[in-house]
Amino acid sequence: MPDATTTLPRPAQAGTSPPGEMPGERPIISVRDFNFFYGKNQALHEVALDIPERQVTAFIGPSGCGKTTLLRNFNRMNELIDGVRHTGDITLAGRSLWDPALEVIALRRLVGMVFQRSNPFAKSIYENVVYSLRICGLRDRALLDEAAERSLRGAALWDEVKDRLHESALGLSGGQMQRLCIARAIANRPKVLLMDEPCSALDPIATARVEQLISELKKEFTIVIVTHNMQQATRCSDQTGFFYLGKLVEFGTTAKIFTSPSEKRTEDYITGRFG
Amino acid sequence: MDNPLTRAEDFFKEDGIDSSKLIGRSLGNRLLTGLCIALSFAALVPLASILYLVVKNGLPLLGWSIFTQLPPAAGMTGGGFGNAVIGTLLMVGIGLALSGPPGILAAIYICEYEPGGRLASITRFTAKLLTGIPSIICGVFAFAAIVLATGKFSSLAGGVALGVLMLPTILLTSEQALLGVQRAYREASYGLGATRFQTIRRIVLPEAMPAIMTGVMLAVARAAGETAPLVFTALFSQFWMSSLMEPTASLAVLIYNFSIVPFEYQVKMAWTASLVLVLLVTATNVTAQLVFSKKH
Repeated sequence: MPDATTTLPRPAQAGTSPPGEMPGERPIISVRDFNFFYGKNQALHEVALDIPERQVTAFIGPSGCGKTTLLRNFNRMNELIDGVRHTGDITLAGRSLWDPALEVIALRRLVGMVFQRSNPFAKSIYENVVYSLRICGLRDRALLDEAAERSLRGAALWDEVKDRLHESALGLSGGQMQRLCIARAIANRPKVLLMDEPCSALDPIATARVEQLISELKKEFTIVIVTHNMQQATRCSDQTGFFYLGKLVEFGTTAKIFTSPSEKRTEDYITGRFG
Repeated sequence: MDNPLTRAEDFFKEDGIDSSKLIGRSLGNRLLTGLCIALSFAALVPLASILYLVVKNGLPLLGWSIFTQLPPAAGMTGGGFGNAVIGTLLMVGIGLALSGPPGILAAIYICEYEPGGRLASITRFTAKLLTGIPSIICGVFAFAAIVLATGKFSSLAGGVALGVLMLPTILLTSEQALLGVQRAYREASYGLGATRFQTIRRIVLPEAMPAIMTGVMLAVARAAGETAPLVFTALFSQFWMSSLMEPTASLAVLIYNFSIVPFEYQVKMAWTASLVLVLLVTATNVTAQLVFSKKH
């Protein structure tokens, strides 16, 4: 496996964390005093939170509340838009995302992303999965094959596509395409996997499969998921953050947020009284 | 059991909708659909009649010798216009080589690197202006830039004139092709840690290639039929060409020359040259579509 071109410390492999340290005890991503602007429009206000390692953290809140904006800052995808700026800082494993020594392309290998609408390339299933390795110059067929199988198995898609790896990815069903995008994202072996409403375009069966997959993936990856679906947040997340009007209203364990929220607005939202 | 149709009308009545108007609306719909179909056929008429005339008048003289022999002298019969076919291919080729890469690369810059930037908008504006420039001006430009500078009419000057003519078409159609590539593809690629160059080369360009090629073919087809820019630059020649720096025959100028002379055979040959020109353009077009069409 080629390493990301970065000097960031590699994450401990799954299951090899030092004895006595439970996964999730130390934050992998820390957000401090974070403000974010699209031009003059402030989308995030003074957000501060810690995302624990190898857990699933869900961001919930009504549309336009800033949850996706925060998510897309974790791999600096927002910078593809003109006229954005931020104040405050976000750190990954203790290091600022805007550290000049950390190349954005290296960051995006460490922090992978699955989008709301599945977006496989108009290439074969195989080429989709190994894309991130090819762009790093990996040509060794055996390594690519191995990465493809590992990632497709990781995304619970291997059995369905192993006989047609070299057919177009655009012939897959919607749910399969989204799992392919997950396979493509984990082929990098990122530390963090960002998911922006990954199930919003899927039917209930495909949604259930992806949710099951999320609980499998958290053994190896830290997952941050944006969702509009309260049940989904309760079913598959360990931590939940509730955003409203660009502010982080409440952040805590999912059990606490959904059973005894400290904020009135959180309670109103999760019980469906607004939003 | 009630007739469901009468029931539907009752529902409309409750909402204050006069159901007889519905009939008028669907009649209007059919009328306009019919009009669209009729006008589509009307638009085919000029195209079909041109093709019919070119095939009918051009076919009698079409034969292998057309491509291997030189044009007949005034009043003579026989011969062909092999030198003009080669001249056209060569000059369109030079034009394409000069305008294709800068046109496509400029479109990439405009779309991918600095969409809202100053240089991008100046380039786009200039290209739009250039599309409106009459082709004869391109000829005058190449005349001044190449012919006067080198002191010779030449296929190089002809190629430059055609290149200037093709550049804006290639640039603007390539820009549209690149704009047509979904943002989601770019985001997926950047999200996996690809650089801008990798995203463009591996994702955006392959996706846009069929549309870019369509634009290039449009430019080629137009340039192949242009006479005015060549009259000033490549002139014409009765002989096989031996270098880039001499007057060179082309199909367009041959058609122009032969169609205005009082000799029946030459006029017939002009028709045949028209047919060959149409066939050449079609053949390049089809080949390009086959080669660059999406694999998936």
